[in-house]
Amino acid sequence: MTATATSRTLGAVALAAVAVMVVLGLVVSPEDAVQGQGVRLMYLHVPAIWVAYGSFGLTSVSSALYLWRASRRTDGGRHYDRLAGSAAEIGVLFTAVTLFTGSLWGRVTWGSYWQWDARLTTTILLFMTYLGYLALRRLPADPGVRARRAAIMALVSFINVPIVHFSVDWWRTLHQKASLSVGRKPEITGEMYWTLMYSWFAVSLGAAWLLIHRYRVIRLEELSEEESLDRAIAERRAEASGVSK
Amino acid sequence: MLRDALLVARKDLVVEWRSRTTTSQVAPLAVLMLVIFAFAFDANRELLQRGAPGLFWVAVLFGGLLIVQRTFAVEAEDGNRDALRMSGLAPSGIFVGKILSLVAQLLVLEVIVLVGVVVFFASDVERPGLLMVAALAGTLAYGSAGALFGALALGVRLRETLLPLLLIPVLSPILLAGTRAFESAFGLSTVGGWNWIGLLCVMAAVYTAIGLVAFGPLLEDG
Repeated sequence: MTATATSRTLGAVALAAVAVMVVLGLVVSPEDAVQGQGVRLMYLHVPAIWVAYGSFGLTSVSSALYLWRASRRTDGGRHYDRLAGSAAEIGVLFTAVTLFTGSLWGRVTWGSYWQWDARLTTTILLFMTYLGYLALRRLPADPGVRARRAAIMALVSFINVPIVHFSVDWWRTLHQKASLSVGRKPEITGEMYWTLMYSWFAVSLGAAWLLIHRYRVIRLEELSEEESLDRAIAERRAEASGVSK
Repeated sequence: MLRDALLVARKDLVVEWRSRTTTSQVAPLAVLMLVIFAFAFDANRELLQRGAPGLFWVAVLFGGLLIVQRTFAVEAEDGNRDALRMSGLAPSGIFVGKILSLVAQLLVLEVIVLVGVVVFFASDVERPGLLMVAALAGTLAYGSAGALFGALALGVRLRETLLPLLLIPVLSPILLAGTRAFESAFGLSTVGGWNWIGLLCVMAAVYTAIGLVAFGPLLEDG
């Protein structure tokens, strides 16, 4: 079991919040003058990428903390490593959601699932980079070695994001301007704006709930690995002492 | 550090010279890719000429992956990594040495692929100076990223399948910038060649800087 009373409550609240989000996004909010019904995809598409960015940010911070502080912590920095890993999983999941909803929206609005514009191209490369990071985490290796390599890989990936973004941006740009960005008046207003903000909140709750469970599952996996190793050693010892008798 | 780097590079190149993996296996494979591209584009001369800069870098990218694999596989065998660690060479020196040996091998590969592109796709090199600088900058960027990720995957099981997945997203901006610069050099576009070369230099500097910091810890563990 990976649930506690707190995480169960969080799960229930997240589920209810997402249910309200579905009603707001599909029924209450109006259709767009230009994009029609397609605009409703935005309520999942945009919050998903925000959550994904946040998760990758968390992965980077945890990885940096791992490299910086692992030797000073009693658990050898495993907490940071698990946090980095579970956040990356959530990031990859929500990037996939963004790409999926985005391509559906593209089919409706542009007439094609995919366009080679700067943000799409950067996002698919970001997705692939973190898939590689997760693949690295899954390799059989000593946990300490794996954690350190994964942490370095996470930081390299983080530094790589602006390089990819800049080069692809230079290559071509035709995407919609960002729906919301700091220091600029939002282009969407009224019910749409509030639905989007609320969706962000609901999706973040769901992501936090998933994150907690993934973290606990990773910890249980580690425990089970250690236990089976201990048991195997005990069995070999028992065998050896049996032979010597 | 420079002395260590030259030692490591020399050692790698001697190993390479004696086995001739790049010239006898990787380069023919890359040329074979050019032939296969012609099948993919139905031997359409216009398409191939238009795509030649990109096809050049795709062939180099995949051929180069084998070179990176090979350059780090020699360290994984027979406890060579422990020997390298105990050798007293500066980790930064080893890293720079790996970059130098990768750059030398990639340049050989690129010369051969370039001849293939000119012969098979009838490309004209209109600005040879730009082409050479672009190739050198792209190779430096490739070499530094390759050395960093080669070390990251060193001693990990399944690295043959892991390394391409880790490295290709990082190499794709290099491929993009190299392709655009080569388009200028081949006379397919008139602008921007030098800007892309600048970007390649920035990438080379970034990966080298990360590698100088990270290579020591990567070599230490495992």
